[in-house]
Amino acid sequence: MTENKITYAIEAADLNLYYGETLAVRDIDMQIEKQKITAMIGPSGCGKSTVLRAFNRMNDLIPSAHATGSVLYHGKDIYDEDVDPVEVRRRIGMVFQKPNPFPKSIFDNVAWGAQINGYQGNMDELVEESLRDAALWDEVKDKLDKSGLSLSGGQQQRLCIARTIAVKPDIILMDEPASALDPIATLKIEDLMHELAKEFTIIVVTHNMQQAARVSDFTAFFNLGEDHAGVLEEYDVTSNIFTNPKKKTTEDYITGRFG
Amino acid sequence: MTQIKEKEGFADNLPQRHRSGGFWSRLFQISTGVGIVALIALLLNITNSAFGYVATENKIDPETLAINGIPLEQLHPIDLTYILEQNVSAGFFRAQNNEKPFEERTREEIYDLVIERVVEPEAAATWSLFDSLVHKDKINAEVAEKYPNAELSFQSWINGSFLLSPQSADPERAGVRTAVLGSLWVVTITLLFAFPMGVGAAIYLEEYAGDKWFNRLIQTNINNLAGVPSIIYGILGLAIFVRGMEPITSGAFLGPVDPTTANGRTILSAGLTLGLLILPLVIINAQEAIRAVPGSLRQASFGLGATKWQTIWHHVLPNAIPGILTGTILAVSRALGETAPLVVVGASTFITFDPTSPFSKFTTLPIQIYQWTSRPQDEFRNIAAAAIIVLLIILLSLNVVAVYLRNRYSQKI
Repeated sequence: MTENKITYAIEAADLNLYYGETLAVRDIDMQIEKQKITAMIGPSGCGKSTVLRAFNRMNDLIPSAHATGSVLYHGKDIYDEDVDPVEVRRRIGMVFQKPNPFPKSIFDNVAWGAQINGYQGNMDELVEESLRDAALWDEVKDKLDKSGLSLSGGQQQRLCIARTIAVKPDIILMDEPASALDPIATLKIEDLMHELAKEFTIIVVTHNMQQAARVSDFTAFFNLGEDHAGVLEEYDVTSNIFTNPKKKTTEDYITGRFG
Repeated sequence: MTQIKEKEGFADNLPQRHRSGGFWSRLFQISTGVGIVALIALLLNITNSAFGYVATENKIDPETLAINGIPLEQLHPIDLTYILEQNVSAGFFRAQNNEKPFEERTREEIYDLVIERVVEPEAAATWSLFDSLVHKDKINAEVAEKYPNAELSFQSWINGSFLLSPQSADPERAGVRTAVLGSLWVVTITLLFAFPMGVGAAIYLEEYAGDKWFNRLIQTNINNLAGVPSIIYGILGLAIFVRGMEPITSGAFLGPVDPTTANGRTILSAGLTLGLLILPLVIINAQEAIRAVPGSLRQASFGLGATKWQTIWHHVLPNAIPGILTGTILAVSRALGETAPLVVVGASTFITFDPTSPFSKFTTLPIQIYQWTSRPQDEFRNIAAAAIIVLLIILLSLNVVAVYLRNRYSQKI
């Protein structure tokens, strides 16, 4: 992929996403700013997660899913035929809703991704650095050989973040990363996201409006269109969305009048 | 709670609901009971035949073989050799001497040969374990009356020499060594064939093949193949491995072969036939195991930029391997117990030498048991029962290995 002077980290243009014959999301035009946190909110089933997963071609894993339009990354459409989805996912990492560490040691959880991507440097240093960046190092430094599954839910999720940043991606996609966690663990993840935004571009799907307001720089509000396909209703700086939304539907959703 | 009246519109039927639940639970208890009773009956029946009293009659009384008042057991090897020379055919004596000269044999070896060939103890009558335990007096009386020269002793038909002796026409001397070795050879070939093929096919079907009509057709066929009667696989094996691939299965492609196995009726043919037989089982079990690996693991792996193969090799297979191994071992146990296809493929019913290569003639335990049970003499029934115990022990050990592997790999982090 060629390096250009592109202001946006990633950009969706006329993006339509389908599951089989069903149009799930229509006409998404969305530019994600570099090293900012962009939150995606909206009612259930409006296609936020589908759009998120379209950004690193995770939808390819669902046999019936396909996309039209383009997602531009470094000036290149990642849906072009000559683009290898494996390379896309290596540059655009993902953290999932439910913590899903590998049934391996904590060390291997972090090291594995870097290893398969051909990391040549010092693995011990990389693991420590990644765990420190994920604010997990102090809790696990004495038990790196213990199973990743032995950690608590919040720790597991930070382990998943550590393993994602260990492969040094550009963008981290987070699909409701705190929805399975208690409020304290959630707060830790949110603090972590602020730290990570200094280095990475973060796109996060969340159901928690306060969370979107707390952590994000930009907010995209998705809604169900009349044909039951998801649409991008409004996309702006977070403070505008929450204090001065342009659309009535956005205001209704933000204030809890529907959704 | 009965004093609380049921709300309107709801029937007051809790006792009925409990009654019908109780009925089903009793029914399930009964079916479990029937199964347990059947199992116990099977085990009792086998043990009943495998142990018991034997009245042994000697063709020649050992006491008459004493020389100068020295009993047979204490005779010098030279005297024992002399006795042997006097009582067996000259041809047999020469053959034995050529095999290993008598001067080099120990006293015990010669003594055993004298007992076996000269004294020739033979079972005049045998009794089951039940009779031996309950009607001991009657047996004693019967022996005293009918076989005055016989010696009554309690015998376990499954014993060291039974395990180590080759097949023989004489039930006293017949053993299961040939059959056990044959079974192990065949099952090894089966495993070497079916495990890689089955796991490979399962990986392809689960991870690579899309949901196309052609793949669904293959899947349906595999499921159906698992239910095809085993004799049909025997016929298939006869056509393909014995007849079609005769130069390979007889070993002729490696050089000259023994004329008795030049027809392709070898361990290799049998192993491949049983391999085909259990292949659908291995595939289905491996597919189940692969499907049970959580999708979240695959997603996590792909999300880090792993290729499909890296995901399969590092995450799917390690997590599926306990299930795959368990399924494979259970399938192999089935192969171990198969008789019908091997009869068709051409298992020998009577061979006395051990199999030495995949191109040897062979027999297996189930074939041996089948052959012994169809003999008229009583003693063959006893050794058949003993062979069944050997087979059951081998099967049980395989299952123990399956459980062990499952626990071991599941606990690994």
